[in-house]
Amino acid sequence: MSFLDLTALTRSYGPVRALAGIDLSIEPGSRTAIVGPSGCGKTTLLRLIAGFEAPDSGRIVLAGETLADGAAFVPAHRRGIGLVAQDGALFPHLSIADNIGFGMARREVHRDARIAELAYIVGLDKTILKRRPHELSGGQQQRVALARAMACKPRLMLLDEPFSALDTGLRSSMRKAVAELLENAGITTILVTHDQAEALSFADQVAVMREGAFSQVGTPQDLYFRPKNRMVAEFLGDAIVLPARIAGGFAQCSLGRIAVDSADLQDTARIMLRPEQVLLKRTSSEGMSGTPDMLFAEVTDMEFAGAVCTVAVRLLNNPDPPDAAAIGSSPLILKKPGIEAPAIGEVVRVGVTGKAHVLA
Amino acid sequence: MTAAADKAAPVTFNAARSHRPMPWMAAAALLVSALALVPLAFIFWIAARTGWAESYRLIVRPRVGELLVNTALLALLTVPICAVLSIALAWLTERTDLPGARLWSLLAVAPLAIPAFVHSYAWVTMLPGFHGLPAGVLISVIAYFPFLYLPVAASLRRLDPALEDAAASLGLGPSRVFLRVVLPQLRLAICGGSLLVGLHLLAEYGLFVFVRFDTFTTAIVDQFQSTFNGPAATMLAGVLVACCLALLAFEMLVRGEERYARVGSGAARLRPPSRLGRMTLPALALPVLVAILSLGVPLVVISRWLIAGGTAVWKLDEIGLALGQTLFLALAGGLLATVAGIPIAWLSIRAPGKLQRVLEGLNYTVGALPGVVVALALVTITVTVMLPLYQTLATILIAYALMFLPRAIISLRASIAQAPIELERAASGLGRPPIRALWATTIRLSAPGAAAGMALAALGITNELTATQMLAPNGVRTLALAFWNFSGEIDYAAAAPYAAIMVLLSLPLTFLLYTQSKRMAGR
Repeated sequence: MSFLDLTALTRSYGPVRALAGIDLSIEPGSRTAIVGPSGCGKTTLLRLIAGFEAPDSGRIVLAGETLADGAAFVPAHRRGIGLVAQDGALFPHLSIADNIGFGMARREVHRDARIAELAYIVGLDKTILKRRPHELSGGQQQRVALARAMACKPRLMLLDEPFSALDTGLRSSMRKAVAELLENAGITTILVTHDQAEALSFADQVAVMREGAFSQVGTPQDLYFRPKNRMVAEFLGDAIVLPARIAGGFAQCSLGRIAVDSADLQDTARIMLRPEQVLLKRTSSEGMSGTPDMLFAEVTDMEFAGAVCTVAVRLLNNPDPPDAAAIGSSPLILKKPGIEAPAIGEVVRVGVTGKAHVLA
Repeated sequence: MTAAADKAAPVTFNAARSHRPMPWMAAAALLVSALALVPLAFIFWIAARTGWAESYRLIVRPRVGELLVNTALLALLTVPICAVLSIALAWLTERTDLPGARLWSLLAVAPLAIPAFVHSYAWVTMLPGFHGLPAGVLISVIAYFPFLYLPVAASLRRLDPALEDAAASLGLGPSRVFLRVVLPQLRLAICGGSLLVGLHLLAEYGLFVFVRFDTFTTAIVDQFQSTFNGPAATMLAGVLVACCLALLAFEMLVRGEERYARVGSGAARLRPPSRLGRMTLPALALPVLVAILSLGVPLVVISRWLIAGGTAVWKLDEIGLALGQTLFLALAGGLLATVAGIPIAWLSIRAPGKLQRVLEGLNYTVGALPGVVVALALVTITVTVMLPLYQTLATILIAYALMFLPRAIISLRASIAQAPIELERAASGLGRPPIRALWATTIRLSAPGAAAGMALAALGITNELTATQMLAPNGVRTLALAFWNFSGEIDYAAAAPYAAIMVLLSLPLTFLLYTQSKRMAGR
């Protein structure tokens, strides 16, 4: 039995169905990310787990204790679930030290020492403890919010887009620091975000949510390379989706013959490749030469942006076109290292690495 | 790089200096502030003229002690009751699913439309034996609690629910969340509202005369009526001023330097109202009871007297004259207060600095002085120095302007802040001289706010009694004065039409206050 079990959770606001039956299991000590576009119901789900709202139906069980099931409902303050909100939600009328110590007992013996220790753990300077929340930067506020939540030794930590208010640079370093911190403390964590890169890099388990339901739940690699459908594929990153004819573990498509990850016998299907699987090689000689199954393309557009460049290529030949009409018109858009930026009009050889994924 | 920055700095500094506020604006602001200081200076002048020993004898005597005890008891009982009542009502109307919350919220502001002495008149004519401290406290609470309800309800609406969620997730139950998170954030609103109630308690005259409860203000007016402008009245006024200043200082101390705004960015989510459930009916009892006491009693009593008086009390010529004079005084006084407020308000937005902060603090402090002090000062000064001005229109209008200047400044400031300086600069850039640029942009744009401020001052003047009866020119009989004279003669029926008209005149402005407070909270 897992640590947290959500079973068939639903919640509606008037005619709006925010959650349409959510099932999720979370292992103790793991990190789960729930990712989806805004308005998909992920914040509602978090509020149900935290206990700010009751589900219309369904069950929430944490470590064997039923938190919500029909009429039975444990309110937020008896759940022992920590929360770090989007903007930290620090109490503006209290000092940083009092914010961190808010959930501790007033007469706890080593209160000051514990506050100092928590501040140290989240990487805050001791001098900051006497200040007020509005004197702190966004990143510091988030660290305080985290320390405050950890002071209550929560069984489960909920992070509600805690990094979205931070600058890009600070964001990834904070994410890494928080992940390590919670890992060391052994606290099971759920992160809610609309940023797919954040979800993939933070979590052991990612759940893609859309319109109140999970589209797919799995490990980051699973979801990225083997998405269930086109929506999940495109939500988690750029994707090249091509029609293909599949036989004997290979797909025949406009990019030639590519190994696929599914042994299922399907005649025609759509396959997905991540753009980084498509390789461009400079050709030494002008024009196309070599074996007939070699694939060539012309660079039609190139946008240089420093470390990376965005290249648009149009295929020039096709060994076995299943749907020739669709190919000539739509170029492939690829991101390549800026140092290898080709010139517009250059002809390049196209190759594919790894396997293509067959979409359901 | 650094050298270039250093070189550039003086240039920007000069540029900023060259855009100095118009010197005549600063001069006008100084002049208005100097006028506002007259009542304070007057007390010292009289004290000096009377001799310090004699002044000391007049201040340190048993009568002053009695009045101090009365005032302290009144404030210490009324303000906390008002605060608790307002917080409870605000919570019920803003945070719960109380049936008809909107209506109860409106009804909690409505008592402001009834002048305090009309509240008192209603209670005394209904329960003739009801007097002294208990009557003073009860009537003060129902007449003044909206001053606390308005800011508390507005703050409660603005609070970020995420803070309460955070507190709950840290293991605090609902009542402890209220005590440790919600209440501390209401502190500014509670302090400000309590100060307003306290200042009204110190300044009110009619209310306490009806219930035969002596305060400094009633004692000063008594003294003034018996000895005209004797130093005894002035020294009492001096103690009253000291009480006001102490109250202001105390409020500043309690308020502290805390910041209670939301720290984060983005919009706060709306909080679903708390369910009252089985507590709905008991909870309804509070707003119902408050509405009965604060609105039902005065309205029923006024109606009863109107019915008892029949058509005989509606002497239309007298009433019409009083109404006309009241409206004229209210509009002229309101206009004067607004015009006098423009320089200070303009400076505080366009050229904030040390001078402006001093002037503004000074004006708020002086504006907190009771009308009786302002009136006493103007009477004494006109009688001793400028006799031709005694009991003239000019003097009473100046008194009104001084008393209601802060109301005008608050509205003006808010509206000038909404007219961007860039427009004024653009108008200057298009060739308008400064005064015409100001007229074409800022004054045009801030006109609605100025009108609101003028209306607020006019409402105050309409219901003003203390200063009016001391300063009114011969033959002037405002609604408040006529009401006061009739009820002084125990002709309660004849007083009723005047009470009814004052309430009717105040209704639109009270509604304006209500909608303004809703808008301030962003809803």
